[in-house]
Amino acid sequence: MARGDENIMLKFPIYLDNHATTPMDPRVFEAMKPYFIDLFGNAASRNHSFGWVAEEAVEKARKQIASLIGATAKEIVFTSGATESNNLALKGVAEMYSQRGNHIITAATEHKAILDTCKRLEKHGCRVTYLPVRPDGLVDLDQLRDAITDQTILVSIMYGNNEIGAVQPMREIGAICKERGVLLHSDATQAVGKIPVSVIGDNIDLMSFSGHKMYGPKGVGALYVRRRNPRVQLTAQMDGGGHERGMRSGTLNVPGIAGLGAAAELCQQLMPQEMAEHAAMRDRLKDRLMAELDETYINGTMEHRLPHNLNISFAYVEGESLLMGINDIAVSSGSACTSATLEPSYVLKALGAGDDLAHSSIRFGIGRFNTNEEIDFTAQKVIDVVRKLRELSPLYEMVKEGIDLTKVEWTAH
Amino acid sequence: MAYSDKVLDHYNHPRNVGSFDKKDPGVGTGLVGAPECGDVMKLQIKVNSDTGVIEDAKFKTFGCGSAIASSSLATEMLKGKTIDQALEIKNTEIVNELALPPVKIHCSVLAEDAIKAAINDYKAKNGAPAPAAAKA
Repeated sequence: MARGDENIMLKFPIYLDNHATTPMDPRVFEAMKPYFIDLFGNAASRNHSFGWVAEEAVEKARKQIASLIGATAKEIVFTSGATESNNLALKGVAEMYSQRGNHIITAATEHKAILDTCKRLEKHGCRVTYLPVRPDGLVDLDQLRDAITDQTILVSIMYGNNEIGAVQPMREIGAICKERGVLLHSDATQAVGKIPVSVIGDNIDLMSFSGHKMYGPKGVGALYVRRRNPRVQLTAQMDGGGHERGMRSGTLNVPGIAGLGAAAELCQQLMPQEMAEHAAMRDRLKDRLMAELDETYINGTMEHRLPHNLNISFAYVEGESLLMGINDIAVSSGSACTSATLEPSYVLKALGAGDDLAHSSIRFGIGRFNTNEEIDFTAQKVIDVVRKLRELSPLYEMVKEGIDLTKVEWTAH
Repeated sequence: MAYSDKVLDHYNHPRNVGSFDKKDPGVGTGLVGAPECGDVMKLQIKVNSDTGVIEDAKFKTFGCGSAIASSSLATEMLKGKTIDQALEIKNTEIVNELALPPVKIHCSVLAEDAIKAAINDYKAKNGAPAPAAAKA
């Protein structure tokens, strides 16, 4: 990669939104290419070489992916992405195990693909407990223990958070679930390929992840479904030709799957190096911002955090206006103005920091193709724009005059 | 979201940023919005007590680019108007001038609120009929 080359020219815009999606690694694209035109067969065609070649590609990918997460190849079910995997896991378990119980436990900071699936299940007779998180973003293990009842069939806790990067204590959560005989699902979309994830070590029974968060293609993902100790069963949510051992019908996306496999293998090879490099770039950015700007707060714990994640609130500056000022850098904000719902980030709100800090938050996601030069440029640009916007901010002025903003009578609108 | 050129212009070159002394009897201050809602505008007018004309206006805004642009534009619109004329300013004028999309209309409403709040503050300081008296 370009990293390490000194005096490279910066290319704009700079991409630092690697939690939203990652650029595809060209090596992954090369692995996919043959399966679009020349090797177009249907992996379910059993009677000719077109089908056999496609099936071979799929089975190779299954092994590559299984190897990355400590599973066996037969435990990988291909889907269209992590949203589908999450839906299949939760709805499939709720339906299959409905005789055993109807209670599901999840957390307030989960992705919408979990929360909205849970809301739908509630309409169909499930009871769902949404655990709060501590100010550092982590689930309280005692609260999890206390929430489990004899009706609980599933706990679903994400591995690493997409906004604040909080890495949950999955090993401890897995041990609790195993002890209580409850299935554990994890939405590991942000973690797989980025940090070591072992479904055996962590006692995870079902796990969702996606190609496009790990330098692979969009439109393909997988659900790990444990086959032994215990053997997890799911009610299919997509009916059809009985593909993927009956759990997910639909002709396999062979090029996408080949890409997911290649992406998984690359991530496995590069992980030790990338974890160190991304954490170093992240800290370089954090240290610079924190040193030069006052009233700047890190959202979530630094101790249990994805190495490529940084989420910072620049108090008294509104997030969307900050994004506007750094428009040659692609990042995200928890501000209401940048969300489709016009609500500030529910993840940041769940940390209890207050809506005003959610409005002022920026998420940086570092990836495989970022360089120190990009980090340094970004740091300087953010510093300049935050200073400019604080000159414009009545709140910053009031605070500097010694006014306690919590005591002001605001005219909420 | 794509911003209109006018919003970008006001964001990049905000007009009349700053503060007057709140205690000055010729100054009216409006502070509207709330930090937890993601926008707060402070808009100030400096009124000539003899003519009732707004001679200067300043703002500071915590909010998105459209909120900053709305308040920046509001200060431009206020200058040279009498208080009574200023009370006629409608948020739709700001929407049209800045080509704000529907999701940003509340920014213009907030700017109109800020104008009214600043005028009310000025009137309260000077006794409500002050501008009318000045006209005579």
